[in-house]
Amino acid sequence: MLKTIDPKARFSRRTLFKALGLGGAAALLPERSRAAALPVTGQELATFLDLSKCIGCGACVEACRVENAARYPEPKKPFPKMYPERVKVEDWSDKRAVDTRLTPYNWLFIQSAAVDGREVHIPRRCMHCQNPPCANLCPWGAAAREADGTVAINQDICLGGAKCRDVCPWSIPQRQTGAGLYLDLMPSLAGNGVMNKCRRCPERVAQGKMPACIEACPQGVQTMGPREEIVAQAKAMARNNGGFLYGLEENGGTNTLYLSPVPFEKLAAAVKTGPGQPGLAAVADVMGTSNRLAWAVLLAPLAGAAGALLSGARKMMGRKEDSNG
Amino acid sequence: MADRRLSGSFVASSAAGTVRLGFYRLAAAALAVSGVAQMPIFKRYYIADIPGMAWTGDFLFTHALHYAAAAALLFWLGWRLAARGAASLGRGRLALLGLLALTGGAHVLSNLPGVSLSPLAAMLLDWTHLGAAMALGIAALAMVFNRRSRTNRR
Repeated sequence: MLKTIDPKARFSRRTLFKALGLGGAAALLPERSRAAALPVTGQELATFLDLSKCIGCGACVEACRVENAARYPEPKKPFPKMYPERVKVEDWSDKRAVDTRLTPYNWLFIQSAAVDGREVHIPRRCMHCQNPPCANLCPWGAAAREADGTVAINQDICLGGAKCRDVCPWSIPQRQTGAGLYLDLMPSLAGNGVMNKCRRCPERVAQGKMPACIEACPQGVQTMGPREEIVAQAKAMARNNGGFLYGLEENGGTNTLYLSPVPFEKLAAAVKTGPGQPGLAAVADVMGTSNRLAWAVLLAPLAGAAGALLSGARKMMGRKEDSNG
Repeated sequence: MADRRLSGSFVASSAAGTVRLGFYRLAAAALAVSGVAQMPIFKRYYIADIPGMAWTGDFLFTHALHYAAAAALLFWLGWRLAARGAASLGRGRLALLGLLALTGGAHVLSNLPGVSLSPLAAMLLDWTHLGAAMALGIAALAMVFNRRSRTNRR
């Protein structure tokens, strides 16, 4: 019955679920994947989201907020005066309740779009790229990729320069001014807070539990496991049931795979995008150009040495010929 | 004396030497600018607003430029070491360039798909590379000022 509510109705299903407190009580619903356990294998882990199952109830969003509440930034106010003038404060600490986009206090939100007469809900958070530009290009080593494929930002050393957001194809990390290490360095001249995003609940995963959003989902939208298995599952479902995949090739491959009943081109055109609201367009590998140049960098010293030796040998031969002639 | 230790016999003595020295300086300058551009400061401090300097605020372009300049400098370094030996660089420069090349090379490798460092190793690598670059920059500036003050004294 819930599925028949008009998506344009003033009270969305999500609002209704929230009003009824079902987000927190989702454990009582039959379809949830609560019993699923995550084997601790040390392998690269991926998540698969079957969007045809998502009803946009927001239980995952609520669970994420509860799980991570203690990790949210607690900024010191007033914020230090920053120079030059163009450096803007980004303060979400008084808007913590916002859950319609990504913020430093909301690491997962539900994006919705109506396509071909169907309403599709898409839980959005960090894609956990296989070769993440945010981690590769962070000049301070604050973002890194863990062995299990999770991409995480170290809150203790992040300076909040937001380069990770600039190079992320989906602009996922969100900045909160007034918190973090920059306050102890040169708060007026460098840095601007800490960057925040999904960290895939490493404490839970280490115990063989699913991340909070997966465990809380009453519809069993998400599955998590070793990447090879998850990719095989996603491809098989797309092949057998029909559907479209996103995340396999995006940005060189991600550890978040979406299966949609409608093409992603149409979803990309239909979803609302903007700050904190990532798009769904096809994304080329951000690290592609640099990595094509990588071999030139690695082989350059050998090529230089070889050039010098050849040049030396040629000179010696020339001298010999001169003395013989 | 410290100056000589860093510079070694780093003086061009022929036309070919002048070209090679110019090549080194150009690559080093490109590395310095594109390296600093890896920090989010060119936009913040209006440098990228200067006509013709917008590229300094483009992280992906400056990253590719950093790689291209690194390839050029490493080619020069390989040539120099094979042709004239390590001593020709001066101990200080050799140590700093070596540290930069090693940490930079490790970074290039770790940026490739399928290669990952632990968060701690990634952090230490970044900090060492940054520290070595700053030390080389400070040493180069100190050398320039030192040379200028000696020239003025004469």
